[in-house]
Amino acid sequence: MPSVFRVAIDLKKPLFGLLLASVAALTACDGSRPRFSSIDLTGASFGREFRLSDPDGKERALADFRGKVVMVFFGFVQCPQVCPTALARAGAVREMLGAGGKKVQVIFITVDPERDTPEILKAYTAAFDPGFLALYGDLERTKAVAAEFRVFYNKVPTGSSYTMDHSALTYVFDAQGRLRLGVNHTSSAEELAADVRTLMSTYPSS
Amino acid sequence: MKRLLFASLVVAAASAAFAQLTVKEPWVRATVPQQMATGAFMQITSPTDTRLVEVRTPVAGVAEIHEMAMEKDVMKMRAVAGLALPAGKTAELEPGGYHVMLLGLKGQVKEGETVPVTLVLEGKDGKRETIEIKAPVRPLATPAGGSTKK
Repeated sequence: MPSVFRVAIDLKKPLFGLLLASVAALTACDGSRPRFSSIDLTGASFGREFRLSDPDGKERALADFRGKVVMVFFGFVQCPQVCPTALARAGAVREMLGAGGKKVQVIFITVDPERDTPEILKAYTAAFDPGFLALYGDLERTKAVAAEFRVFYNKVPTGSSYTMDHSALTYVFDAQGRLRLGVNHTSSAEELAADVRTLMSTYPSS
Repeated sequence: MKRLLFASLVVAAASAAFAQLTVKEPWVRATVPQQMATGAFMQITSPTDTRLVEVRTPVAGVAEIHEMAMEKDVMKMRAVAGLALPAGKTAELEPGGYHVMLLGLKGQVKEGETVPVTLVLEGKDGKRETIEIKAPVRPLATPAGGSTKK
């Protein structure tokens, strides 16, 4: 019946208005938006995807980890300070989150695929947490992924060897695979765990 | 500065001139098989103005003194010719700053082992002395400041 239909429309109108108003209120009032101690990268136009190999030779993409909060760190195995510190912190965060820690996937992407063989990478991440995953590509793919994530890296000779300068931010994706946070090297495990908790409660995996 | 002193405190001296020089909490980060490099960390306090000019260890082909710096968010490591040890001031070779880079490792460095390290020091008079320390190997996953600070 057309009259009933009209009533339904009329009812919707004020409701829609109310909805708009509450959205506006949410946007206007900063306090109701999730706050992070990390850099909020929500809406960033970079770091959208990667496609690399895991140590078993399997192709992995960001989309494979939907439903999990994903923490991505770029580094290299020979790195004595920043990389072990970032990975140890990621492990501590998983522990602090208790059962929620199972919903966190930590990914280590090497910027030194020439030295970091699949065997070394596998043993390396396992030394921190057997659940961590290392990914690598050839030089070209590594370059492309780093560019997509705005990660800087550079090979620097030192004596008979070389070291790698590289960005030390940890990227955090929500369970929908959207880049949300950039975590400074100096942030504590406690701060990072709190941010991940916020991500999980405001953007649950289901 | 409050600091916990661990049992790994090592004081070794090769001569009277360096009798008071202390090396506290030396440690080496464990590696995985085939890994070619790792870092050694320690705190050195010298009673007189001294420089750490060279580091040697039988477990690595080369040991270099490196400085780590963060420029914006980029981590950079560079070899330095030496490290000044001003009198009475503790030089911290810790994750986050200076460290000794052990390059060309001759084998896996395993947790629980001890790595002999020779420090070559040069006094203001240009005289060189060496001291030997033994640095325990700590797990690869040792967090920053895992040596002393929480």
